[in-house]
Amino acid sequence: MTNSQLTPGIVPGRLPAESYVRNFSDHAPPLDRHEAQVAADRCYFCHDAPCITACPTSIDIPLFIRQIATGTPDAAARTIWDQNILGGMCARVCPTETLCEQACVRETAEGKPVEIGRLQRFATDHAMAGPHPYSRASLTGKRVAVVGAGPAGLACAHRLAMRGHDVVVLERREKPGGLNEYGIASYKAVGDFAQAEVDWLLAIGGIEIRSGVELGRDVTLEALRADYDAVFLGLGLAGVNALNAAGEDLPGVQDAVDFIAGLRQQPDRAAIPVGRDVVVIGGGMTAVDAAVQARLLGAENVSIVYRRGQDRMSASDYEQEHAQNAGVRIICNAAPVAIHGNGALREVEFAYTVEGAGGLSQTGETFRLKADQLFKAIGQKLGALPDGLSRDGSKIAAETGLAGVWAGGDCTGGGEDLTVTAVAQGRDAAEAIHASLMG
Amino acid sequence: MANLTTDFIGIKSPNPFWLASAPPTDKEYNVRRAFEAGWGGVVWKTLGSEGPPVVNVNGPRYGAVWGADRRLLGLNNIELITDRPLEVNLREIKQVKRDWPDRALVISLMVPCDEESWKDILARIEDTGADGVELNFGCPHGMSERGMGAAVGQVPEYIEMVTRWVKQYSRMPCIVKLTPNIADIRKPAEAAKSGGADAVSLINTINSITAVNLDTFSPEPMIDGKGAHGGYCGPAVKPIALNMVAEIARSAETRGLPISGIGGVTTWRDAAEFMALGAGNVQVCTAAMTYGFKVVQEMISGLSQYMDEKGMTSTADLVGRAVPNVTDWQFLNLNYVAKAKIDQDACIKCGRCYAACEDTSHQAIWMHPGRVFEVNDAECVACNLCVNVCPVENCITMEPMAKGATDPRTGQVVSDYANWTTHPNNPMAKAAE
Repeated sequence: MTNSQLTPGIVPGRLPAESYVRNFSDHAPPLDRHEAQVAADRCYFCHDAPCITACPTSIDIPLFIRQIATGTPDAAARTIWDQNILGGMCARVCPTETLCEQACVRETAEGKPVEIGRLQRFATDHAMAGPHPYSRASLTGKRVAVVGAGPAGLACAHRLAMRGHDVVVLERREKPGGLNEYGIASYKAVGDFAQAEVDWLLAIGGIEIRSGVELGRDVTLEALRADYDAVFLGLGLAGVNALNAAGEDLPGVQDAVDFIAGLRQQPDRAAIPVGRDVVVIGGGMTAVDAAVQARLLGAENVSIVYRRGQDRMSASDYEQEHAQNAGVRIICNAAPVAIHGNGALREVEFAYTVEGAGGLSQTGETFRLKADQLFKAIGQKLGALPDGLSRDGSKIAAETGLAGVWAGGDCTGGGEDLTVTAVAQGRDAAEAIHASLMG
Repeated sequence: MANLTTDFIGIKSPNPFWLASAPPTDKEYNVRRAFEAGWGGVVWKTLGSEGPPVVNVNGPRYGAVWGADRRLLGLNNIELITDRPLEVNLREIKQVKRDWPDRALVISLMVPCDEESWKDILARIEDTGADGVELNFGCPHGMSERGMGAAVGQVPEYIEMVTRWVKQYSRMPCIVKLTPNIADIRKPAEAAKSGGADAVSLINTINSITAVNLDTFSPEPMIDGKGAHGGYCGPAVKPIALNMVAEIARSAETRGLPISGIGGVTTWRDAAEFMALGAGNVQVCTAAMTYGFKVVQEMISGLSQYMDEKGMTSTADLVGRAVPNVTDWQFLNLNYVAKAKIDQDACIKCGRCYAACEDTSHQAIWMHPGRVFEVNDAECVACNLCVNVCPVENCITMEPMAKGATDPRTGQVVSDYANWTTHPNNPMAKAAE
């Protein structure tokens, strides 16, 4: 018996085969040459451009767009990569609507920014078809351990290799890429782009990736500090915040990040089970990515429930619209109080909330949503940490407090948890390590 | 990365991109910023004789012509030579050159057309450390009314005379900057060469009025209700400049005379085109005035990439490469037959090609039901107008017919090279050899 959108429970194969292909195709298809030319011609080449300031990696956006406009996309890609070696992925996943494109003066003038993200993809896609453009400085004989092969670790490793150091990257998962591989909605990076980009990045040489090695389990920080000239921690956020609502351990309740990761690793979308009535709790991009993909897998009803007002959601307006266009309902000012079910999840109970001077409080009125699957997307947190690291709130301080140990990416504070921010921090840490090693 | 280092009449610079003598090079502050941004050299804005400096108008100096999206295509100006004291300019030039020894620094000069004036100014600049001089025989407004600038440049005998004085009283390399406001650009170039010039630079600006205010009936730029012609520059003048550069590069009398190409250079591609037509380097003004000094970064990266792709290791590999292919109309191959071809996948069905061809050309494009546009080879003369008006690059292309094929328009077989000089319709035709 085949399943449909109306089949109760968490089941695979709700849609006809062709629907999966369509639903998980490129979310924002690449610009062709003509489109890129027209888009590039709109850039004003602003002085001290606001888009550069808005970019966490400070890519010289007007320059790379001018290089596209003058028919040299490879030079454009070089301008991008000089600042952001993962510019290809960032072109796909950056929330440009809250970064460079929001700052674009043509957003101010006409409400239509220059399509910076898509132009960046045009340039990087073009140049990635060619050879890796960077080479290593003369070898220094120094060895650096990078913990975590996510965006921060990879950006750090590449810059270190470029400066002539040898790098060993320790990654607890099977594949490198971090959230680029495991945490991005599938339709944003089709064609196994994350792995292709890692392969391209490693072509510089001097970087060894050791998979399945976890800090604290397989190797200690003390040992790394003893064996290497420097250590960079790009650990990411291994833990997930709990709802602290009754019934959280019922089957059908799952972390959104696990759902997203599982989806990325299963090329046969029809084999991925999904509920008929799906509830996602949270207000960020992870919530949107989980909710939208649940719909694309054939869930009949998908709701994002966020405890504060819609204007407080960390998912951008663009992301929220994207979710709503996919048929996701967004419910705000509602906090989960109980998860009901007898053996399996059946309903989620929420209390309405108001935000006042004293913070968020519940009004006392509650409602229930039918649910056979619940995704928790209320934020991630650090996993277990080695001793001795300084903290910055709930994160590792950028100045780790340990000699010869640097940190960057989502595991540190100071910046939004974005791929592009992690790249900037990894890159800058590499330069700091280089300066320190070369004294 | 290709090596962009350029040696132009013995003046070395890290790249062939110089800023032209103009407002961007009027003082130390600007020139330092230019060098920091990566410009290979500058021609310092024109110095005049010692004495009270010239004065400028106190209203608009510039007028403009825009394309779609307010892209600046042409700029006109009525600014005169430097209005700062000579000794200030000399002091600053010396200082900048001392701090930036690897960049080219050439001084533009314009003094009255007498031997003493030139002898005097050359002595004054002697110890600045500058790499050369450029004689401003081109400025078309203001100074020309006083017998300088274009007033000299329009009289080849004056050019030769002044150039000779300069070579007599100075050891510096001498570039003569030419005005395009003349019937035959080869004549002043020949005069410069006869006078001993090491190079010519061109073009200076073109006499122009950019617009007329239809409320006040005054030309733009307007000063208190009146306007005077200014000098036109920017992307709009590039084709005129390219032709004049090519004319000098291929003329028997001036062949081999080094040329500094000026006129609308905005991107690496513009620069490469000037160089292919014989310019040893280029000078830029309007692009910098429109986009700031940083614009040179695209020129550097673009030219490097192009040269790498072409396997050129030095700018000398590029200079003059197109000159042998510039010829006279009478030598063009009349047996070269092409036909327009419309890529139906790229076509967005705007119909501009059809309107152009049907209304103003040869009725060689069919408009089929469903707005499908197709070329009728039996009528197409390959005029290229459809290509030029099409908004989609490479949607319409000109496809040459193979030798031996029959042109459906003329019924004639495409055959070997033959030009007008031997064509039967030419009363002056000579028998083919």
